[in-house]
Amino acid sequence: MSEKVLMKGNEAIAEAAIRAGCRHYFGYPITPQTELAAYMAKRMPKIGGVFLQAESEVAAINMVYGVAGTGLRVMTSSSSPGVSLKQEGISYIAGADLPALIVNVQRGGPGLGGIQPSQSDYFQATKGGGHGDYHLIVLAPSSVQEMADMTVLAFDLADKYRMPAMLLADGTMGQMMEPVVLPEPSTSTVEKPWAITGTKMQREHNCINSLYLQSGDLERTNFERFEKYKVIEENEALYEEFMMDDAEYCVVAFGIAARVSKNAVVAAREKGLKVGMIRPITLWPFPKKPLAAAADKVKGFVSVELSMGQMIEDVKLATECKKPVVLCNRAGGMIPSPEEVLASIEKMAGGNN
Amino acid sequence: MTTQLLIAGFGGQGVLFAGKFIAYKGLLEGRQLSWLPSYGPEMRGGTANCSVILSDDPVGSPIVANPDVLMAMNLPSLDKYENDVVSGGVIIVDSTLIERKVERDDVKVCYIPATKLAQQADMPKLANMIMVGKFIKETNAVSYEGITEALKKVIPARKAEMLDINLKAIEIGYNAE
Amino acid sequence: MVVFEKPKSLTDAPLHYCPGCTHGIIHTLVAQAIDELGIEGTTIGVAPVGCSVLAYNYFKFDMAEAAHGRAPAVATGIKRALPENIVFTYQGDGDLASIGMAETVHAATRNENITVIFVNNAIYGMTGGQMAPTSLPGQVTQTSPYGRDTSTAGFPIRVSEMLATLDGPEYITRVAVNNVKNVRNAKKAIKKAFENQINGKGFSLVEVISSCPTNWGMTPQKALEWIDENMIPYYPLGVYKDRSAEKGEEA
Repeated sequence: MSEKVLMKGNEAIAEAAIRAGCRHYFGYPITPQTELAAYMAKRMPKIGGVFLQAESEVAAINMVYGVAGTGLRVMTSSSSPGVSLKQEGISYIAGADLPALIVNVQRGGPGLGGIQPSQSDYFQATKGGGHGDYHLIVLAPSSVQEMADMTVLAFDLADKYRMPAMLLADGTMGQMMEPVVLPEPSTSTVEKPWAITGTKMQREHNCINSLYLQSGDLERTNFERFEKYKVIEENEALYEEFMMDDAEYCVVAFGIAARVSKNAVVAAREKGLKVGMIRPITLWPFPKKPLAAAADKVKGFVSVELSMGQMIEDVKLATECKKPVVLCNRAGGMIPSPEEVLASIEKMAGGNN
Repeated sequence: MTTQLLIAGFGGQGVLFAGKFIAYKGLLEGRQLSWLPSYGPEMRGGTANCSVILSDDPVGSPIVANPDVLMAMNLPSLDKYENDVVSGGVIIVDSTLIERKVERDDVKVCYIPATKLAQQADMPKLANMIMVGKFIKETNAVSYEGITEALKKVIPARKAEMLDINLKAIEIGYNAE
Repeated sequence: MVVFEKPKSLTDAPLHYCPGCTHGIIHTLVAQAIDELGIEGTTIGVAPVGCSVLAYNYFKFDMAEAAHGRAPAVATGIKRALPENIVFTYQGDGDLASIGMAETVHAATRNENITVIFVNNAIYGMTGGQMAPTSLPGQVTQTSPYGRDTSTAGFPIRVSEMLATLDGPEYITRVAVNNVKNVRNAKKAIKKAFENQINGKGFSLVEVISSCPTNWGMTPQKALEWIDENMIPYYPLGVYKDRSAEKGEEA
């Protein structure tokens, strides 16, 4: 096993991407993801890779589209306002069935918002984001170790299912340092016969394209893509359960909110409250099954979010509103404290006991 | 055992570096830990702070709202965070830059003229590491043994000449009254 | 004796362009250049959004379809990934000089080693004849029904002149395809723009003054005359930048 090193989340993503075989990075400066681009700027030229600071987020994502079309591993990173700009390209990447990695180190919004951490791009990330019917595979790490590991996983899943994947972090996750064991260099080899690499006069030409002027053709591609999504929903949902065995109340939280909530769950247990947590690791596919199962056991759910309440809708859908779901949230760059989460839990428990 | 440390001061005082050193020291001691800086415009010459958590168990929230130990490197930081420190906690004050006394009586307070000591030792930029030395002495959150190895982790090879002087600074702080 | 042969790197798909449209000529010139240089097997084209959006159906080499205006960024990605391949974009005036101006200027200033075929017919064709960034002062279009009023709609952009002010690009030239002589010159320029890429010289852009009989509301013949009478006086033909020639290097 490699040595444990201390790294910022942003840097861990960058190094893990390189180890995953990514040699092309395109980006545009924005806080709080700058360390990621800076790391790539430093490392890529030394390993024969490409770092390019694009003229805009729009250009960067379209450069990603170009490289993805050639079948090579490629990524971009940004933060909320920049990711909004990338939505056009992301929709095209999804429509052309290309694998690529997009990293969103979220900050508060809407508009220019602020630079402090947020989870308010949950809808944008999990419901498509750009125009048209599509999904991204969305991974939500909650430690620097996971930021490294999920970067590799994101590339692997993107290749496996031929679709874009997003790492959805936030300013805190990007800026914090924790010990991390960096992944071994990837040996993944996925055949990409669809890639544009030049015909070498040996095959029919390939086209990277999302245009279907015949409605029937376009409908067929959409249905086929959603068949693929069904397989992913069946097989790739990831989550962590914490103290759920005898839990009467279930906290649902991801990313930094899950870190805070863990403290609250421990504090609640010390007070004798039977509380557990389900932490979605993939936000799409959303881990519906463990939540549905919990809905038959617990008395209620607390959705803890750094937003005005976005994931809570998926929690209600997954649990079919069988039990009450309350929101514990801060927004605009604020992070709920463990005490605030505990207070929400106690309020719910008080109201139910 | 868990130690939640908040280091606060002006940008440029080496607040983040001090935190990074302590984090690496913890790493080398096999502890679980997190290090979280304040970031953004406030880094540019304004206030800077960093949260370091050292623990025997996995770290939950990396945000330190109620520190066990506050290292205050200027007056605004003491004003801002004094009342957040947990009862029975420790406040380490750079008494060169902070003239007032800590008002709480339920915490242990250590006054150390770190900036003055740094100037006297001809290392004016290393008041931060003198404070770190005091932190080690007063809290034992990390051990004094093996500080050289931890320093090697945070001082890049191209600045190797900085190693001795940082060691010296920690030593001055550790042995200060 | 064969006087005219369809270039090998064109497919047999029937072109969808309107009668009298010059896209067909320009496709042919591109395909001829690629055939003559023997690069069909390594070429990757990038199609725009606009009338030539379906260009990927007409070329036998690999193609990518870009979002509106983003072809230079897509081409940048492809070329950076596969530097040994030949990468070109084929873009209209709305695509290149309006929505994609930033991508155009920055690919040029980076001297990306790509070839850009820029078809300027002073109108948005595919969407039905709206005012383009290159529509002439006073030109009547669907969205300038009283003629382009420069006091509210601004002036046309002379892309070649503007890009030639940059230190980055290798080769910027403007040609036309409204008569035999101009078509021959256009062919030479397009071939040179690909040769530049093969020789690693960098960003080469050929602006091709083209016609749109349908949306100009003219017969094809009249449209070709309109190019001479109105387009070329505003957009003079010629080489605006040729770094290697300026340095006295072999072209």
